[in-house]
Amino acid sequence: MRPFDYLRADDTTAACEAGFDRGAAFIAGGTNILDLMKLEVMAPEKLVDVTRLGLDRIEEEDGGLRIGATVTNSDLAANMRVRRHWPVLSRALLAGASGQLRNKATTGGNLLQRTRCPYFYDTDTPCNKRSPGEGCAALGGETRNHAILGTSEHCIALHPSDMAVALRALDAQIEVQSPEGKRRAYDLDNFYCLPGDTPHIETMLEPGDLITSVFLPAPKGDRQVYRKVRDRASYAFALVSVAAVIRMEEGKIAHAAIGFGGLAPQPWRDIEVDATLTGATPSAALFEKAADILLQGAETHGGDDFKIPLARRLLPAVLEEATA
Amino acid sequence: MQITLTVNEADHTLDLDPRVTLLDALRNHLDLSGSRKGCDHGQCGACTVLVNGRRINSCLTLAVMHEGDAITTVEGLSNGALSPLQEAFIKHDGFQCGYCTPGQICSATAMLDELDAGWPSHVSPSLDGPCELTEAELAERMSGNLCRCSCYPGINAAIRDAKEGQA
Repeated sequence: MRPFDYLRADDTTAACEAGFDRGAAFIAGGTNILDLMKLEVMAPEKLVDVTRLGLDRIEEEDGGLRIGATVTNSDLAANMRVRRHWPVLSRALLAGASGQLRNKATTGGNLLQRTRCPYFYDTDTPCNKRSPGEGCAALGGETRNHAILGTSEHCIALHPSDMAVALRALDAQIEVQSPEGKRRAYDLDNFYCLPGDTPHIETMLEPGDLITSVFLPAPKGDRQVYRKVRDRASYAFALVSVAAVIRMEEGKIAHAAIGFGGLAPQPWRDIEVDATLTGATPSAALFEKAADILLQGAETHGGDDFKIPLARRLLPAVLEEATA
Repeated sequence: MQITLTVNEADHTLDLDPRVTLLDALRNHLDLSGSRKGCDHGQCGACTVLVNGRRINSCLTLAVMHEGDAITTVEGLSNGALSPLQEAFIKHDGFQCGYCTPGQICSATAMLDELDAGWPSHVSPSLDGPCELTEAELAERMSGNLCRCSCYPGINAAIRDAKEGQA
């Protein structure tokens, strides 16, 4: 690990100011950044510890829930209000990582975790995300778990989060504080950037911007399902996952919001898929049509060809369960 | 940096480079070699310790971030006598080489507390709890601890025994 200065911030303003400095990075749970620092994939010159800013609370707000950025994945998954009203979030969190990691990993950190593309991790291979302009070793390499939607010729890396997939389906908002003390909010859709020709830019965050909380609006659907397919039964990243938030009225789908993991460089949602389902009567044909729409622009790379038939089966299975 | 760590209820003032992980501080600076370095990347669980009662991978956190926390290592679980879980590991032969054992025991100690607190897991049929410690629940809840000798039958029997002894 390269040397760095360590600073424990006492309040959010001080944290943002310290985080604005060149080469600075925030640390909370540390489970991802320290892993990457050990491998020298990341080498911040200064770490700003944001674990003592009082951002570890979960509070009701306007019928929704305000989740502090440093609430751990364990505490969020076990929160009774989340379990009752946003169960897809608990399920997604519990499908990720291990008991030890969930006790450390935070809400904000989970959103900002880096891809697990093996070429991003291997500093002996070119990677446009790690070193802009170097090239992409994944293209033409081992592609078992890469993105098939939203990619570019410069990067096919996946966003690995389960939690964020559920947040996407729940219309969550990310609140950010800037070094100037201003607060702003993003939908997940606006928060993440597609790789394009700048795969090293993953979010809208500017230097010193700190995620302070995530807001969950009142749930729009009571039928919530998270299903994750992976290479082993526990403690593995998704190959494909689906988060469905559905409300049924008189036999028809009144609300549909479907998030996808394992398919894209960001937690994925396709408004055409949601629009196709909304107002329709559940049927096998409808669910197949939704899968067709989801996958119409998909590009696979050999090793990940299986994701198309997998997603084509998983989405209808989840929709069947959520609308039954 | 000078920091004070509270480990097994004793305060220790240390002068540490901020790069030192909690695991290295325990092993190399406090001579508490029970916590093991396996993968050093949070994948094997051999380094599991308790921080404020919660199980974490001590290899994936910095020592300087833990001032004021109550840190418990496997050495702190036995207060003169072995803990019921430690006794159960001996009774059920829950190890072969023993390298992963301190991590398994620390992890299981906190896992049983999580179960008592009604925390659901990925395999729980309902999120409302309470949860029974079925084979599937045990395997899921302990998936962050690997045993290369594959002593899982003995490990699982030991955890189950300790859980039933608790009841």
